[in-house]
Amino acid sequence: MNLSSALSLALPEVLLAVSALVLVIWGAFLGRTSAIFSGAAVVALLGAAAAAAVGPHGAAFNGAYVADGVAAFAKVAIYIASALAIPLGDRWLGARGDAKFEFPVLIVLTALGMGVMASAGDLISLYVGVELHSLALYVLAAFRRDDAKGSEAGLKYFVLGALSSGLLLYGASLIYGFAGSTKFTDIAVVVSNGADTGVLFGLVFLICGLAFKVSAAPFHMWTPDVYEGAPTPVVGFFAAAPKLAAMVLLARVLQEAFGGAEAQWRQILVIVALLSIFVGAFAGLAQKNLKRLWAYSSIANIGYAVLGLAAGGEAGMQSMLMFLILYMVDVTGFFACLSALNRGGKPMETIEDMAGLVKERPGLALAITAFSLSALGLPPLSGFWAKFYVFKAAIGTGDVVMQTAAVLGLVGSVVAAFYYLRLIKTMWFDGSVGATDKPEPGARLIAFAMALFAFPVVLVALAWIDPIAKTAAAAFGG
Amino acid sequence: MIGLPHYLTVAAILFTIGVFGIFVNRKNIIVILMSIELILLAVNINLVAFSAFLHDVTGQIFAMFVLTVAAAEAAVGLAILVTFFRNRGDIAVDDASMMKG
Repeated sequence: MNLSSALSLALPEVLLAVSALVLVIWGAFLGRTSAIFSGAAVVALLGAAAAAAVGPHGAAFNGAYVADGVAAFAKVAIYIASALAIPLGDRWLGARGDAKFEFPVLIVLTALGMGVMASAGDLISLYVGVELHSLALYVLAAFRRDDAKGSEAGLKYFVLGALSSGLLLYGASLIYGFAGSTKFTDIAVVVSNGADTGVLFGLVFLICGLAFKVSAAPFHMWTPDVYEGAPTPVVGFFAAAPKLAAMVLLARVLQEAFGGAEAQWRQILVIVALLSIFVGAFAGLAQKNLKRLWAYSSIANIGYAVLGLAAGGEAGMQSMLMFLILYMVDVTGFFACLSALNRGGKPMETIEDMAGLVKERPGLALAITAFSLSALGLPPLSGFWAKFYVFKAAIGTGDVVMQTAAVLGLVGSVVAAFYYLRLIKTMWFDGSVGATDKPEPGARLIAFAMALFAFPVVLVALAWIDPIAKTAAAAFGG
Repeated sequence: MIGLPHYLTVAAILFTIGVFGIFVNRKNIIVILMSIELILLAVNINLVAFSAFLHDVTGQIFAMFVLTVAAAEAAVGLAILVTFFRNRGDIAVDDASMMKG
């Protein structure tokens, strides 16, 4: 394969890399951010999404880059979620006097890293993708330089993220040494009859490193602190797209490189999934800050995605993709609501702040209610369908362990229902604690659009996303 | 004769020291940054040792990538540390505890 056809396969990433560089230079000359500047970044992301959707499929750069159905599916979702984060973050930061041209650039760089993760076909491109997206996210978490909480969040995220990269890398070096190659297809040949001790050791390290990135228990300890300290729209961004990218990457490693060792990694995934579901459900009960609460909710939800992945095969893969897409809509919408809400110029971040919200801002209160009920998994909202796919895949395996795990996961979501319902009760039945500021129109618009998707658009959209996710999953792993 | 197991042992020891440096150290965040470097260099020893053992150049290329990314990571880490220091006037590990629960 020659260079030009390889580059045409990687067109979305090439486009993003070039636009990030152009934007940096442009921003440096401009010295500040502007609507046109952010608009250009949004256009670049949407262009990359379009390129990923219609682009050719195949493997480039000696197998290090794979463009297939799953990569295209994930990239479209990732790039659109990133494009939404730019106007949301710009307005929010602008209202606090912190709007800088670096913000759109960093989002584009994160999206580039996530695109590489979704397309990685080799341990080296896996590592470069993970690091590219992580480094940009560390800076985004600490984006408000004068905010003590923000810089503490950035520092904690950096230290634990660097540790997780170290674990991932150590695992990658062991896999390389004992399997003799960094390419997923070559590793698959070596482990076709189960992994030997050295490779398995490396695989465990690799799974630990990626579990850190998706904040699955027992590697979740950074999540609540980072969510609480980082700027609200940034939290909405990194609770959504990076999770999908890292899960697709994990799925690709496990299915394409370690498909032969499925019996060995399934046990690890089931334990990680159940721990995440229960840690997220029980630790969330004690939270008063909404961002921390939603951090635990995201830990629990990643548990369901991991459970779907553990189910394996086409159904498992499809359930994981469906779950994450629907979850991304919920979490983006919820944090858009939080970004829109202020009282006396201060963000409303605790459950008490939300008391009587329905009298002040009925539209946003209704939207938050929809997202909470959806995250809780109440039919017929989108979150119910997300969980439905996962449980269906887990039970469909016919494996007793997976079926038990599905039942336990259901118990976990009943426990988690308590904190979602408490939030709804506070908004609807408690007395109001004062008038809120006028919500920012852009954030409100995104919140309403996402709430409409959670119900009722999801019922129509499912008929459309389901076959796409199915073909994407079928192209995967073989 | 020094063989592959010797290199792997050194790398494993360095890696363990690095991980413990992050969790056990309660004094200074700079020490944490040093521990992170130690982890990455342990990985590099692994990669280069395997590369020589397998007669395969991929490991050395991987090591080059790791070195480059480690430099970028240190730059980002120090930049975040500087903003943290400006806000707090201190870089003790125990001070990084505004948020708990």
